[in-house]
Amino acid sequence: MSSVPGVVAINTFREAVRDRVLYNLVFFALLMIGAAILVGQISIGIERLVIINLGLSAISVIGLVMAVFIGVGLVYKEIEKQTLYSLLAKPVLRWEFLVGKYAGLLMTLVVNTSFMVLGLAAALFYVGRPFVRGDLSVLVAVYFILLELALVTALALFFSCFSSPMLSTLFTLGIYVTGISAGDIREFGEFTHNRGMEAVTRVLYYLVPNFHNFNSIATASHGDAVPFTLVWQNTVYTMLYAAVVLIAASAVFSRRNLK
Amino acid sequence: MNRSPQTRLVWKAIVAIPLLLALAAFLQRRIDAETRSEATQREELLVRSAPLVKKLSLGYDSLLADIYWTRVVQYYGRRVGLPNASFDLLPPLLDITTTLDPHLVVAYRFGAIFLSEPKPIGDGRSDLAVELVKRGIAANPDQWLLYYDLGFLYYWRLKNYPDAAATYLAGGKLPHAPILMKLMAARIAEKGGSIETSRMIFSQLYQSTKDPNVQKIALKQLRILKAQEDEMHLDELIEQYAKRFGRRPTSIKDLVEAGLLPGVPLDPLGFPYVIGTDIKSHLNPKSPIGQPNP
Amino acid sequence: MPAPAIEIDQLTMDYPVGFWRKRSRRALDHLSLQVQEGEIFGFLGPNGAGKTTTLKLLMGLIFPTAGTARIRGRSIDDVSMHAEIGYLPEQPYFYDYLTARELLDYYARFSGYGRAERNGRVTRFLGMVGLAEAADTQLRKFSKGMLQRAGIAQAILHDPKVIFLDEPMSGLDPVGRREVRDIILDLRKQGRTVFFSTHILSDAEMICDRVAVLVNGKLQGIGAPAQFVPIEVQTMEIFFELPEGRTLPATLDHRATQTGARYRIEIPEAELYSSLDRLREASAEILSVTPVRPTLEDYFLRLVGREGAASSPAEVLTP
Repeated sequence: MSSVPGVVAINTFREAVRDRVLYNLVFFALLMIGAAILVGQISIGIERLVIINLGLSAISVIGLVMAVFIGVGLVYKEIEKQTLYSLLAKPVLRWEFLVGKYAGLLMTLVVNTSFMVLGLAAALFYVGRPFVRGDLSVLVAVYFILLELALVTALALFFSCFSSPMLSTLFTLGIYVTGISAGDIREFGEFTHNRGMEAVTRVLYYLVPNFHNFNSIATASHGDAVPFTLVWQNTVYTMLYAAVVLIAASAVFSRRNLK
Repeated sequence: MNRSPQTRLVWKAIVAIPLLLALAAFLQRRIDAETRSEATQREELLVRSAPLVKKLSLGYDSLLADIYWTRVVQYYGRRVGLPNASFDLLPPLLDITTTLDPHLVVAYRFGAIFLSEPKPIGDGRSDLAVELVKRGIAANPDQWLLYYDLGFLYYWRLKNYPDAAATYLAGGKLPHAPILMKLMAARIAEKGGSIETSRMIFSQLYQSTKDPNVQKIALKQLRILKAQEDEMHLDELIEQYAKRFGRRPTSIKDLVEAGLLPGVPLDPLGFPYVIGTDIKSHLNPKSPIGQPNP
Repeated sequence: MPAPAIEIDQLTMDYPVGFWRKRSRRALDHLSLQVQEGEIFGFLGPNGAGKTTTLKLLMGLIFPTAGTARIRGRSIDDVSMHAEIGYLPEQPYFYDYLTARELLDYYARFSGYGRAERNGRVTRFLGMVGLAEAADTQLRKFSKGMLQRAGIAQAILHDPKVIFLDEPMSGLDPVGRREVRDIILDLRKQGRTVFFSTHILSDAEMICDRVAVLVNGKLQGIGAPAQFVPIEVQTMEIFFELPEGRTLPATLDHRATQTGARYRIEIPEAELYSSLDRLREASAEILSVTPVRPTLEDYFLRLVGREGAASSPAEVLTP
């Protein structure tokens, strides 16, 4: 019994690997890490800080770009090009197809991020410091970045089911920015001292995926430890939220007429 | 040889493109010369509100902090030494940097020295420096270096010896703090300001920093202090001479001939001390120690 | 009587149109028909008639406004039924970063074959559709005809009982079309049912057991191809050449077409011999004399020309 999502996932991964655009992005990220070494030289005494800040930020941004730009085309492209038609004529359920596309892109992101992390490790090594225990939090920060990407990918996939790439990109990025500033938005609501605004902003806070939970670049660059409870809390949060989005995507997609 | 139109175009391009680029480069140099004088004067900070910058950073605040920190270093480096240099943007730049990354200890330390250092080396605002370092301590309560800097500010800039002693004492209790700090606390509490305490403080400052700007200041101050100490010593010897011979010496040589000194003493930069018309020892007028910087 | 391979009952599809999506366009209007096991069934109609809509409805790509359909007794809502069917979409477009072999392997994985069998099938069917040499070339380099062949291969590779082909001959040269016709005939020999849509009527005439004609979403007629066209010959076609200086006999010239020195006339059968006499008198060199058989195309053109006339299927079937 072959698992449909698995087959679709591997195919999605293969498509990403053969798409040369990705290599440019990874190269760009490695370039950033090289730049970090350069910048580190000018900042006296804080090379490690700067390299990790710049390296992790580059990994985060590149990951986001990949997740959004590939994600919004995941389903849309297959509909536009009608490759989906022959696929759905097989014994393939629509939700199985969605999960497979999701898993495939996630796999791609994990592999690419791993390469970039190796580049970052090489940069730290080059600067001459041996690895210390504080570097573990760099790995945790990378893990959090991946969790973040998992959520963004789910959102992009969801929009891809019914909206054009341009709109999907806007929606996904919009939700991402809202999710990062969710705390501030809730604060604004509280400042207004208006019951209605407070209620609205509070609902918004719990509704929107709180991407600010995942930000530990600063912790990693200062070599501080990330509390373990945060690690599993964020993991469960991501799983819950991604499940919500994927279920919504399956529901929307299941009755869609494919022109 | 009969070249096709396409090949001829390629050759024309190979010739034309470097020529045009060279022209552009030449023009660029003229533009740079034109704008150079304006650049230093017109430096601007578009967003001054630190909380706003933090909100706009979208989760990349520690990276942005590093970027602002490099800006601080460049801003300072470009202006220090210029006559009439002003450092108006230094306080807000440091404010933004430390708001974005409250754990960037180097920024607090930089502010402690260069916000308080009198012009034209620094901004001359000890009050702002104290505020900054206090915020640094609030965010990094285990950093003894920051207590050290605050103690320095109280002692040297504000001559506030009670607060200085209290700060050194509190900092001395932190993990990894040098025992020196408790010693200094005791000394200051007892004697207030003294040359020896000041020398201890500046040597510790020199050793605790990697910033060459700070090291320069510390070194200069250490030389001044050493000279002061030497002068005190020499003045005592002048009194002794007067008591012995019933008149004041007119030059250092007199002291040497009287056997009070083994030789003409030199200041830390190698210039011999002199006796001035007020019959007190002074630095040699040629010695750079007494001059204002750079 | 065993269950029909395909059973369509009052299938209707309305699309909302207009800016506010208030109005709707009826793409398929209460289509009902049955296809028996082992039939080769042709689904004919001009562009936009609703043929592709019907196929997409059967495949579960779009959902009907009304009506039902069953394939081998199972509802079209049942996705597991897809294991028994094969489908070639109208525009053969596949993942262009894959090679033909990888593409077929990909699709084959959904049928649960072990690796050995999968490889065997992929190679066999690549050979069958004439892609053995291009098997390891990326699809982005394929011509339209090659993509069509790859599409047919993926539609039949898992030995489906019912095969649905949307315009299978399009993009193929005459040799290719014959190969596809042979494949379809072979499928019938294996006992499978083939349902294909086309607007190339001569192909349908050649191999279909029965055809249905769809115009503007409505079924116009259903039956064996022969039922749509009368058998008797009605006109004759004569090709001839005239020697230099000779002109066409007066009674014939208004029906003649000329290409270079060659003439063609079409005359009612009754006038054949009198026309031949006249041509002989004009010293014409007769090249050929052929009966003009009415084709499905004639029927078709007449039918489509009668746009708007609501003709019921029964009416048309009368020979």
